[in-house]
Amino acid sequence: MASVKELTRLMKKLEDQLVVCMRCGMCQAVCPVFAQTGREADVARGKLALLDGLMQEMFKDPQGVCERLNRCLLCGSCAANCPSGVSVMEIFLQARAILAGFMGLPPAKKAILRGMLAHPELFDHVMAWGAKFQKIFTREVNDVIGTSCARINSPLIGDRHFRGLAEKPFHRLLPALDTAPAKGRPRAAFFVGCLLDKFFPDIAQAVVAVLQSHAVGIFMPPGQACCGIPAVSAGDTQTFGKLVRHNLALFEAGRFDYLVTACATCTSTIRKVWPMMLREETAALRARVEKMAAKTLDVNQFLVDEVGLLTCDRQKDGEPVAVTYHDPCHLKKSLGVAAQPRAVITANPDYRLIEMPEADACCGMGGSFNLQYYELSAGIGRRKRDNIQASGAVVVATGCPACMLQISDTLSRAGDRVAVRHPVQLYAESLRSKP
Amino acid sequence: MISQSLLEEFQAKVGADNVFSEDTDRLTYSYDAAVLEPVMPGLVVRPATGEALGQVVRLCNQNRIALTVRGAGTNLSGGTIPIAGGVVVVTNALNRIEEINEQDMYAVVQPGVVTAKLAAAVEAKGLFYPPDPGSQAVSTLGGNVAENAGGLRGLKYGVTRDYVMGLQFFDVDGQPIKTGSRTVKCATGYNLTGLMVGSEGTLGVFNKITLKLIPLPQDRKSMVAVFDEMGSASEAVAAIIASHVVPATLEIMDNFTIRAVEDYSHAGLPKEAAALLLIEVDGHPAQVADDAAKVETICRQMGAADIRVAKTAAERDKVWAARRTALSALAKLRPTLVLEDATVPRSRIPAMVKAIQAISARYGLAIGTFGHAGDGNLHPTILTDRRDKAEWKKVEAAITDIFDQALALGGTLSGEHGTGIAKSCYLEKETSPATILYSRRLKAALDPNNILNPGKIIGG
Ligand SMILES: Cc1cc2nc3c(=O)[nH]c(=O)nc-3n(C[C@H](O)[C@H](O)[C@H](O)COP(=O)(O)OP(=O)(O)OC[C@H]3O[C@@H](n4cnc5c(N)ncnc54)[C@H](O)[C@@H]3O)c2cc1C
Ligand code: SF4
Ligand code: SF4
Repeated sequence: MASVKELTRLMKKLEDQLVVCMRCGMCQAVCPVFAQTGREADVARGKLALLDGLMQEMFKDPQGVCERLNRCLLCGSCAANCPSGVSVMEIFLQARAILAGFMGLPPAKKAILRGMLAHPELFDHVMAWGAKFQKIFTREVNDVIGTSCARINSPLIGDRHFRGLAEKPFHRLLPALDTAPAKGRPRAAFFVGCLLDKFFPDIAQAVVAVLQSHAVGIFMPPGQACCGIPAVSAGDTQTFGKLVRHNLALFEAGRFDYLVTACATCTSTIRKVWPMMLREETAALRARVEKMAAKTLDVNQFLVDEVGLLTCDRQKDGEPVAVTYHDPCHLKKSLGVAAQPRAVITANPDYRLIEMPEADACCGMGGSFNLQYYELSAGIGRRKRDNIQASGAVVVATGCPACMLQISDTLSRAGDRVAVRHPVQLYAESLRSKP
Repeated sequence: MISQSLLEEFQAKVGADNVFSEDTDRLTYSYDAAVLEPVMPGLVVRPATGEALGQVVRLCNQNRIALTVRGAGTNLSGGTIPIAGGVVVVTNALNRIEEINEQDMYAVVQPGVVTAKLAAAVEAKGLFYPPDPGSQAVSTLGGNVAENAGGLRGLKYGVTRDYVMGLQFFDVDGQPIKTGSRTVKCATGYNLTGLMVGSEGTLGVFNKITLKLIPLPQDRKSMVAVFDEMGSASEAVAAIIASHVVPATLEIMDNFTIRAVEDYSHAGLPKEAAALLLIEVDGHPAQVADDAAKVETICRQMGAADIRVAKTAAERDKVWAARRTALSALAKLRPTLVLEDATVPRSRIPAMVKAIQAISARYGLAIGTFGHAGDGNLHPTILTDRRDKAEWKKVEAAITDIFDQALALGGTLSGEHGTGIAKSCYLEKETSPATILYSRRLKAALDPNNILNPGKIIGG
């Protein structure tokens, strides 16, 4: 471990951003972790004060600060509501990178991030084995949601009700696409993302079907890698940089007007985190990243703002099905996308949208936060579950597969029979009969 | 330093999970929203029951350890910075609304209930808790009472003090003291409630607060009046009040603030205007229509260049969004923001605004002024960078000048942000040496070991 002096020097580069926090405390109103614990170290103001302390050499050992910094969903609720406009997300990600560089990555994380995630083919391979074996160790618990739980005591699964890995990942079902648009229609590149590929290939299929219904050209190169958010959240900028370069090269080979994803987290990572975390790279790479980021948008936004939704007729008889919508933090708070997914849902007349209370409150997933702080995460999830229940809907839709995993877990544990869907899946149902 | 055995005693009282002794946790209770140096407490405890709260107070006194109560830590005067070290007691686990009585129109709450949560809960029952500090989404009612917090509705509805019917608080020995009652009238004993409101945790620790509620006004109307001169805007304020219309809210914004808000939020404010008045009248629909018309006429007579009356709820929200973004818009201009709170009799607002402009020019500092014109309570907001030592000296000098001006105009150092440590050294200027002595004697009698938030309000 390098000296604390060295750490102080590294932290100084955050100084100009850290001083923007005026300690007003308004972030206490919106932080989902703070709502559970009431501890100042869990809210942005406390974390920023700790980073300030690190910069002022207040601590002999940065371990305590590191731990507290990681108790965070990176949901951006604080940043979205900060009167002073503190770049909380950038500060947190940069600080995680500095601390990981200084203290080293924990061995398990290092093995997963550097050994596996950084190598897309190997990652696919390992996950394929996982999909085969999971049946042996788990049993189905909720057929509406499609969750399973552990058959035998497993420390990793605990008492989670998880959505299983798909039997066949999307890249095996449909490895690549390169189609031309109809006249006057745009061409969209489709960035699939890990969770759609490995857990929700049905959503990826729905995206392709919907894009085709709209006569949009599709460019989907084979061999796509992760967007890099798990790496950069863990402070592993090396793996992150590798993944960004891999994806850049892959997509730059095609021609397209938009880069579309159906994962809120992938969209906000490419749009915001890529440029934010590669500031110190060469001008040439930054220009490429900026260009890709500017073309990237959420599939709901693409459909509503860029191509226009099709009008659909009713496919089913009887009362429209009550559906409620959860705003993923990475769509609403990070990108301001909230109206479009709702428009996509209501485009299907077989569904009736009812708002749940606190629709934009975080679900508590937060990527590896869920693994590290399962109890906290589950507590935040329960609140989401109660709000979904309060809406009376039998379907909950949301634009992020990570939120879908968390919401499936929390609903399933409560024994609720509420289906968890992506807006595009609902929309695709209504287009199915169209030519 | 807190010894291991004492630490264990605290753990026994509040539970080990609610005692924080690591330096990384303690650091996060070393500051509040005031621009002051942080000071680390020796220990932080977070009692989850009123009983445990009382025991913590007693334990501190027995061991002569300083005790600083902390709600949301949003006060702007350093009230929760534990300058003497010791124990910080966090109240946010005491967050139960114990009763909302619709018939007798009162609520009983624990001190850690968040202001906006109570306001929403009573509104759901058709009742109204008016004090609405800008921090209400996070501030606690205990903190509101201890600071006598105000808000945008002070002119018609008063401040926190006007709603505290009674308190149950712990004295320094941890004994429960009861003052006031649930009745509209109460004439028994000393008015200890009056003494405790605004006491900033120096005289006792609140455990239960009984708050008055009123019926929710049936209707409201908002408008914005644009003025070419600050003088005519202030005269309009005086004229509105002289005409016996009492708006619920009567806010002012100077040109600097208008420009900042417009650049930040593009709300459609006129950037060339010298001043804006943002006004809301509420009450019975007929009265509201009457009052709104009257206010409009007066503003025109006083030279308003333009008046925009909000016709829909959305337009009304826009008016108040503009006011609410004032602080954010200013905050984004420079790293450090010093929010002052000097208050003058409302007829002296033109003089005070002029004085602030002169001070801004004298020190070459950017100062945006907005605030509760109807109350004479202005928020001159100095924009600076604390790291710039030379400029910071000027800021300190400017603050002193602002206070001197407010006092010279017959005003007060603070309309609503309290004394804390930020203003304690100026208090004698506003009052008298005898006043300080009297207050210190009072404090010494009630808290002989000087453990309750020592150093706040009266120094020492
Ligand atoms: C953005 C912003 C806007 C603001 N707007 C306004 C405004 O419009 N009007 C206004 O008046 N103020 C305003 N404030 C100031 C502040 O929010 C108020 O003073 C508020 O009342 C503080 O509440 P708190 O829970 O944060 O208390 P804290 O800051 O935690 O504590 C304040 C004081 O109360 C004492 N205290 C807390 N709990 C107890 C208890 N249970 N028993 C005894 N003493 C106790 C503390 O020791 C301390 O001295 C604003 C602050 C910010 C940051
Ligand atoms: S809301 Fe923003 S400025 Fe205020 S304390 Fe939180 S991070 Fe700091
Ligand atoms: S990112 Fe989310 S969890 Fe993290 S501090 Fe901000 S609001 Fe809290």
